[in-house]
This record gives sequence, structure tokens and C-alpha cells, in this order.
Amino acid sequence: MKLNRKMILTIIALAILVVLLYFAELSLNPYYKRILNLCAIYGIFSVTFNLIFGYTGQFSLGHAGFAAIGAYIAALLTLSPAQKAVNFFLKPIISPLANVQAPFLLALIIGGFLTAMFSLLIAWPALRLRGDYLAIATLGFSEIIRVLMVNMQSLTNGALGLKGIPGYTNLFWSWGSLAVCIFVVKRLVDSSYGRAMSAVRDDEVAAEALGVNLFKHKMMAFGVSSFFVGVAGGLMANLISTIDPKVFLFTLTYQIVGVTVMGGMGSLTGSVISAFLYTVFLEALRPLESQFSIGTLTIPGIPGMRMVIFSVLLLLVILFYRKGLMGNREFSWDGVFRIFRRLNPKKNQDNMGGKQS
Amino acid sequence: MTTLLEVRNLTKRFGGLTAVNKFSTELAAGELCALIGPNGSGKTTIFNVITGIYEPTDGNIVFDSEDISGIRPDQITKRGIARTFQNIRLFKGLNVLENVIIGKHLRLEANPISAVLHLPNYQAEEKEMRSAGMTLLESLGLDRFAYDEPTSLPYGLQRKLEIARALATEPRLLLLDEPAAGMSPSDAEELMIFIQHILETFDLTVFLIEHQMRVVMGICPRIIVIDHGEKIAEGDPDQIQNDARVIEAYLGVENNA
Repeated sequence: MKLNRKMILTIIALAILVVLLYFAELSLNPYYKRILNLCAIYGIFSVTFNLIFGYTGQFSLGHAGFAAIGAYIAALLTLSPAQKAVNFFLKPIISPLANVQAPFLLALIIGGFLTAMFSLLIAWPALRLRGDYLAIATLGFSEIIRVLMVNMQSLTNGALGLKGIPGYTNLFWSWGSLAVCIFVVKRLVDSSYGRAMSAVRDDEVAAEALGVNLFKHKMMAFGVSSFFVGVAGGLMANLISTIDPKVFLFTLTYQIVGVTVMGGMGSLTGSVISAFLYTVFLEALRPLESQFSIGTLTIPGIPGMRMVIFSVLLLLVILFYRKGLMGNREFSWDGVFRIFRRLNPKKNQDNMGGKQS
Repeated sequence: MTTLLEVRNLTKRFGGLTAVNKFSTELAAGELCALIGPNGSGKTTIFNVITGIYEPTDGNIVFDSEDISGIRPDQITKRGIARTFQNIRLFKGLNVLENVIIGKHLRLEANPISAVLHLPNYQAEEKEMRSAGMTLLESLGLDRFAYDEPTSLPYGLQRKLEIARALATEPRLLLLDEPAAGMSPSDAEELMIFIQHILETFDLTVFLIEHQMRVVMGICPRIIVIDHGEKIAEGDPDQIQNDARVIEAYLGVENNA
């Protein structure tokens, strides 16, 4: 019966969310909509990074490169043949791609799938490494992907980037993808496979001695994670409608690492909250980069000022919440009930009485 | 009695250092055998080679008439050899019950997709894993800690939990690496009784490493002594206690000059 109550609450919460998204999509101005879309995309990035690092303990810094693959594939599949001809004026696009066009959903899935395939190809040799070495190797691969994209003119249009990508991404696509991503990752980490991944994170030698196939479980985490990174990349391409290799610099990876650490390793709730806070804060702090005055003091516009403020905020989080905002706790209805009970002590006593009788 | 494990001329070299040199032995099914020797004599290396953590430089390991030398640790565990570690290696991020059912993961048949979708075949296996894990904890008296963090348990119980976790893989041969390390003599004695108890209840063969000779004298019918990677004696406790080479290895040579 208690399970039913939770399920009803979940359904109600999701329904409210869908209604809110519907109204947001209808009435908000494009700027706010874009921020909300970015929130969801960063949410996916952060949740997937948490799967690889927070749950499986593999410090992979390949997110930017994988997102680039997903973004380019989705972009090339959604661009119309006419737009492609406009884009590739220096060097024509290779023949089969020029006329291919796919619906958005298919483009996202193909993008995610190929990203996963590619990441597994990289992970095959890289996962023999551990800790910092794995980080360096994956970071290197991520940069190689970016450099290849600059130079593969007939496939990616090189440094010119791709323009005029149809902006298919709306709140339903981005938040829907985030919901699917959270669902899959949460169910996976709570399953026996997820426990095995956590065992690999805590102690590889002991995990292997208990019969856990290290390679298989690391690859599984990598594959699932990269699939959603690829999808998020595709969403991003269709949100900002112009992509070039510079969008996927390694700084993107660092942002994702920062967001995930801030949210808490091993907490998907934390990852999502932190991604939302990060995206909103970064926009909210934008006025700091133009000229403003405090009383009589006038501060000239300094580009990058908001990153300074953001770093301070990040430091404060690290100082006061050493394990991130959520540690390794997750949102649960039981937790919400507990908070309500604490807020209302009289009702709490009633509940206790009810249990005893 | 049938031979369960056979180690033939096992040699393990690390660069120029020969950690184990032509070590051979046989373990019969249902036996309790101890491997003792001074510090650095190669005891743990022998265990690491048997369980696949190291590949042997030379020689073979035959388990249940199958050559298992050089295959991956998880595959060896699947064939029925489980072990514990000298320094406790519990999974800190998982609770006590989850630590135990990790040992059941290798027998999981449902694929990840059915695990994510909570399909009936996975749900049934998950439920079975949990109840089997609880039963195992109950039989070892650890059930009231099932949902605690493993690091919150007292030291002796953490050792017991490591054994419980190894038992969850349903082994036929259990290798215990210094199970009584860091324990008081009375706790160590209690642990030895516990080991004898699981040997009988779980139909096991136990091979254990011990540093202190006194601990194993009481319960192990057969003892193997190694020093500098070579077997120097083998026999029942009485024979071992009176063996000149063993005394020499442990106490040094008497200088009569």
C-alpha cells in the first residue's frame, strides 16, 4: 500500500512536470527556454559522468569528444541536403551523406549508438589503464577526436563548423531524454550489475576474486554512458543550431567533472540539481561581465568575470559540503515524508501512536 | 578421497627474484590444510597464482582435473575457488548484504537489459540472491548487520564477512589468507573453530595461510611449511613441530662454535 502511495506521488509529480514544460514551451521567451534546455543537457552529461566515475570508479575525461561525435552525427543527419550544400562550399561533403536525412529521434539514436560504439573502441585499450593514466589517455582521445573533426573537411566541414542545423530540440526532447537517461542509469546502478560496478570502484582485486568480470563491467558503464552523451550532443547541436569543433574543447569535460563533483559522487539527484544550478547561475551571473557599478564605484566589463565568481561558489561548496551537495544520497519519497514529519512534530507523534496500536 | 587441487612444480619469478620455487602439493576433497612459513616466504604468492592474480612462470595448477593455470581470476572463481585477503578488502560503498551478494553476481543469468527493465526473470533472480544472501548471513550470525556499512563492524566480524562473501560464490575450495591476522589468541582460536564449522556445513576444502604456527597446530591435520619459496616440510602438527628445518627457518641456526 505504501508502494502504491509512492507510485501515485511519482505519477502526479511527473504529470505536473509535463504540464509545466508544456506551458514553458508555449509561453516562455526563447532565452529562458534555451537555459532550461541546457539544464537538461548538462543534466545528462553529469548523470553519465557519475555512472562512469561515481559508480564505476573509472576516471574518464572523454566526455567532450564523445559529445562531439553525437553532435556531428545528429547534425549531419538532420541537416537538409540543400543546407549541406550551402555549408560545404570549400570542399563538398562525401557522397552518401549529402542526401541522407533522418527524423530527429532516429538521428539522436543513431548518434548515441555510434558514439557508444566509438567509445568502446577507445575503451578497449584505455581500460587497461587505471586512475590518472586512464584520465590522461581518454583526455588525449577526446582531443584527437576534435583535431580529426577540424581536419576531416569533407565529413565535418572542418573548422568552419556546421550552420543552420534545424532547431528540433525543445523542452520535451531534452527533458524527455534526461528522464530516460536517469531512468536507465538509476535502474542499472541499483541492479546486480550496478553493485558489481560499485565493487569494481571500491576494490578491483577483490571484485575480480569474487567473480566479477572487470573488463565487461567497465565496458558496460562506458557504453551506456557514451550512448547518452552522444544523445546529449545531438540535442545540443539541434539547440544551438551551429556547431564547430571549438564547442567541444576539453573545457567542456572539466565543466562536467566540476558539476558532477559539486553534486556529489554517487548521487544522480545531486548531478541533476548541480547541473541545473550551474547552468542557471552561469546565466544569472552574465551581467557581471558587462560594466556595472556598486554605489559610486564603477567596474568595467571584464570577460570571464562570472567564471571567477563561479569558482568561488564551487570552492564554497567544496569547503562546506565536502562530498558535494548530496553526498551519495538520493531523492526519495521516504526522505520527503521524513522532512514533513520533522516540520510537523505533532503529526509525527500521531504517526508513532498509530504504529503502536 | 579424490584430489581436488593439484599444484605441480609451481614457479613464480618477479624479475630476478624467485618468490616460489618448484612448489608441488595436492589437496584432497574435504581436507583442511595449512600453509605456514616465515614472513616473505611466498605463501601469499602461491595463493595469488592459484587464484589467477599472477600467472605462473612455470608449472601447472590443476583444479578438479582441469588445468587452470593462467586463466583470469573471475573465471577461476566461477570454477569453484574462492579466497579472502590478508588485508581486509570489503566494498566500502556497499552494505553488508550487498557485499555478500556480489559473490552471487557471477551466477546471474539475466542480462543487463532485463535488469534495467525489471523483467520478471531478473526480478526473480534478484529476490533469490537476496534471500540466499540473508540465509548465508544468518548461518554465520551476521544477519543483524545486513544493512550496516561493512566498515562499521568490529574487526573480527569484518574478517567473518570476508569469509561469508567468499562462501557466497559457492566454492568447493576456499583459500584463507591469514584469517587470524591481527587477532588476539582467544579470538584466533574462536575463528579456527568457526573455520572448522564452515568446513563441515558447506562441504568445503580449506587451504589456509597462517603466520603463527601455534594457531593452526590445534585444528589442521596437515601442515605445509615453506621458506624462501620452497617447501621444507609437510606432515601432521607433531612432525612439523619436531622438524629440524622448520625450527631452523623460524628460529635460526643454533651457533655452537
